[in-house]
Amino acid sequence: MTEPLLRVRDLRTYFVTERGAGTARAVDGVSFDIFPGETLGIVGESGCGKTVTSLSILRLIPEPPGHIRPGSFIEFEGRNLLTLAPKELRAIRGNKIAMIFQEPMTSLNPVFSVGDQIAEAAIVHQGLSRKAARARASEMLKLVGIPDPEERVDHYPHQLSGGMRQRVMIAMALVCHPQLLIADEPTTALDVTIQAQILELLDRLQAELGMAVMLITHDLGVVAGTVDRVVVMYAGQVVEAAPTKGLFARPAHPYTEGLMAAVPRLDAPRARLHAIPGQVPAATAWPAGCRFHPRCPFAWEKCRVEEPPLFDTGVPGHAARCWLVTEPARRTAKA
Amino acid sequence: MTAWLMRRLAAAIAGVWAVVTLTFLLIHLAPGTPFLPGAERPADPAVIAELRARFGLDRPLPAQYVSYLRELVRGNLGVSFARRRPVAEALVEAIPNTLVLAGAALCIDFLLGLALGIYQAARARRAADVVLGNATLFFSSVPTFWLGLVLLLVFGQWLRWFPVGGVTDPVLYSSLPWAGKVADRLWHLALPALTLGVVGAAGTARYQRAAMLEALGQDFVRTARAKGATERRVLLRHALGNALLPFITLFGLAFPFLLTGAVLTETIFAWPGMGRLAAEAIATRDYPMVTAAALVAAVMVAAGNLLADLLLAAADPRIRVASE
Amino acid sequence: MTPRTWLALLAALTVAIAAVALLRRRAARTPAGREFFRHPPAAPGLAVLGFFAIVAIGARLVAPYHPAAQLDIVGLQNQAPSWAHPLGTDTFSRDTWSRLVFGARISLAVGALAMLVAVTVGSIVGAMAGYFRRWVDAVLMRTVDVGLAIPRLFLLLMIAALWEGLPLPVLVLLIGLTGWFGTSRLVRAEVLSVRERDFVAAARALGAGPARVIFRHVLPNAAAPIIVSAALGIGNVLLLEAGLSFLGIGVQPPLPSWGNMIGDGWRQLAVAPWATLFPGLAIAVVVMALNAVGDALRDALDPRREVT
Repeated sequence: MTEPLLRVRDLRTYFVTERGAGTARAVDGVSFDIFPGETLGIVGESGCGKTVTSLSILRLIPEPPGHIRPGSFIEFEGRNLLTLAPKELRAIRGNKIAMIFQEPMTSLNPVFSVGDQIAEAAIVHQGLSRKAARARASEMLKLVGIPDPEERVDHYPHQLSGGMRQRVMIAMALVCHPQLLIADEPTTALDVTIQAQILELLDRLQAELGMAVMLITHDLGVVAGTVDRVVVMYAGQVVEAAPTKGLFARPAHPYTEGLMAAVPRLDAPRARLHAIPGQVPAATAWPAGCRFHPRCPFAWEKCRVEEPPLFDTGVPGHAARCWLVTEPARRTAKA
Repeated sequence: MTAWLMRRLAAAIAGVWAVVTLTFLLIHLAPGTPFLPGAERPADPAVIAELRARFGLDRPLPAQYVSYLRELVRGNLGVSFARRRPVAEALVEAIPNTLVLAGAALCIDFLLGLALGIYQAARARRAADVVLGNATLFFSSVPTFWLGLVLLLVFGQWLRWFPVGGVTDPVLYSSLPWAGKVADRLWHLALPALTLGVVGAAGTARYQRAAMLEALGQDFVRTARAKGATERRVLLRHALGNALLPFITLFGLAFPFLLTGAVLTETIFAWPGMGRLAAEAIATRDYPMVTAAALVAAVMVAAGNLLADLLLAAADPRIRVASE
Repeated sequence: MTPRTWLALLAALTVAIAAVALLRRRAARTPAGREFFRHPPAAPGLAVLGFFAIVAIGARLVAPYHPAAQLDIVGLQNQAPSWAHPLGTDTFSRDTWSRLVFGARISLAVGALAMLVAVTVGSIVGAMAGYFRRWVDAVLMRTVDVGLAIPRLFLLLMIAALWEGLPLPVLVLLIGLTGWFGTSRLVRAEVLSVRERDFVAAARALGAGPARVIFRHVLPNAAAPIIVSAALGIGNVLLLEAGLSFLGIGVQPPLPSWGNMIGDGWRQLAVAPWATLFPGLAIAVVVMALNAVGDALRDALDPRREVT
């Protein structure tokens, strides 16, 4: 088996809330690996800690109020990113690990042309001249499928449509050919048809450039077609991790089942679209025991008291944080 | 772009016209108008005759208004009571001095204010920011003329580092070589320019700090950091690039502040500019002079605002492109 | 200074600090109150304002002399600060402290009243422009544009030159009437956003007239920016009044104001700097307190900050 490209171990990112209400444990002991060239999906409702996880990797959490707890560990190329000197960290940001964000409008700087912004990482990391950087920028625009790249290079973000802006974001992230692209809800702010185009584009670029992609989304439907492996997060923790096929075939955690039931399907008869009852609890006060138990249809006494570890389900690479793994009979009994 | 520019120009002209009209109306409303030999006025018959002739008093108000406008356009601002000379002449002598003072103050205001604001934003909520924050709060709350007096007392009277007033040394100036003349002028300029500049800089710094902090909280700053940009680049390129836009509007606001401040500062430092002219005219009730100064000030403010609009259009791609 | 006046001064200081402490404890119960007092300069700023307000109201108790009393025109001229005259005396042998105390009355009253005029006019104009829109809005806002373009001090200089010796109420009115432009813009923007909300539409649907809708429904919701602009505006008025009085066209002697105290004193700057320095310092401290309180209010009342 190949070595992982990125190894995240026991990541804990906490926020001290402003009004003195306590500490929000937004990410609370998350571990996973990303292998070279693969696509990993991170899925969960908003508030589950998936965005904070992705920001923690490049240490983009605003401090204060946030901080990554000592003991957390993010290994990339044999080094712990969390203890790297700022200068070394900057050499990785945008160069070896790049990131695209949910809101392409606000994530682009309104006063610089898209060409300037795309070329910036190349100027910072590769010391390109202005002229070479401009050529590279229009090359990148062409790569992400923007027509008339020579002309678009000088346009400003407000002159582009939402889908075009997200393409620009992607071009910006890929300009240095990173080994890992972190895409945080890249399609959430877009129309459905544009969403599909962007996902397709990401897929194609991944194949062309051979990078690993970490795709963060709240939408299992997005994950189904594009991702090799899935990590499901709930309440700041990983609750299930599995290869995509295995996950969809046999979800082990009731939360994953709930998410799946919320995806509209074409192949099944018109079932009632059902959502998981209740809401994600506040990060300042996770429930005791299993954090999902207040919303879980199977919860019993043990779930209220004792927090389950991440169990191996028996299928290779498939793990779930649920007591049902140890007592599968309870699931059938209920059903 | 041109359509937008024309609209701004029209607004500026409308502003000046409104001030001109207001001035006309005020002169007519005032007791003891120049058109009647007022009881307590300096009733020089020659002056009154001149004014009567100029405004054509026997004619109806609209006709008077038209001739008043015509005279203004010709540059005839009337005759000063106190100085017995055309107001325009006195103003032409005084305005360059005011512009020099205002220009120097503007440089101090913006350079110091910008630097402080950026520095404070970079060190937000740390000790240096807190100390500077209190200092800028104090200096932006101080009456300009009072700060001038304090500087005058400390640096002019006690330490004798700077002269206590005037534009040049009355005795030595004419005998100085070329470079010495420049130095002498700068030496005289220092305290008044510092007075106006420091008060302005304190306000500018407070404004700029807030603008920088707002820009630093935006998503695109996170994007820049994710690209591996240095903190310096994030601060000076990405945040400042956005925070400079509101700063340019400050330019329009700085102008009235500087002109107003000049009235008082020039008085204190015996700086022979427009402000001192107006202040002296007040003391001698020389209202042709005062009204003319107000008109000129209004024109200058309108010009300053127009200039700020032009700069903003040049700097903000959203305006530049949208109005193309 | 007699022991009685020292005691009164001490009492004023104590009351101001105690009042702020009390207020702070009560404010801790609401989020806006906590937000307000989280600004470090907010509490001292309030205490300063409270102190000067008490001193201005109780001027007779805190000031040892009549502000215009020339104590001893030969013997007590330009005296340096001492126990008898804590801030010295001026060139007319008047007690600077007594003048400062009575000057607080005039200066603060002028500031507060002129701001009241400005805020009233600005709110009404802004509310009308925002509520009626169309040509009413166009006309009013063009007026505001022009008003903002006129250098205020020059306009007041002009008026003061044409009408000699303006009485104090007229001065207050003039300062107020030249200071409402900024407020009206703020209020208009607020009204434009409030008028689209459901409760305003509901009130109109129930047959409420424009005046009722504006005063009962729209303006109360625009209170926050009005209050903040008023707090910051009083400081500007204080500075303006000081400038006008310094030039001799503001508050007329023998009434003392902080501005004309500087105007009287500055020609003796070298001999009696205290007569100039203390009134200026008083202005600076009060304006600083107003700015600090205004800043804190803005953050505390800004509804957008609740989200973050």
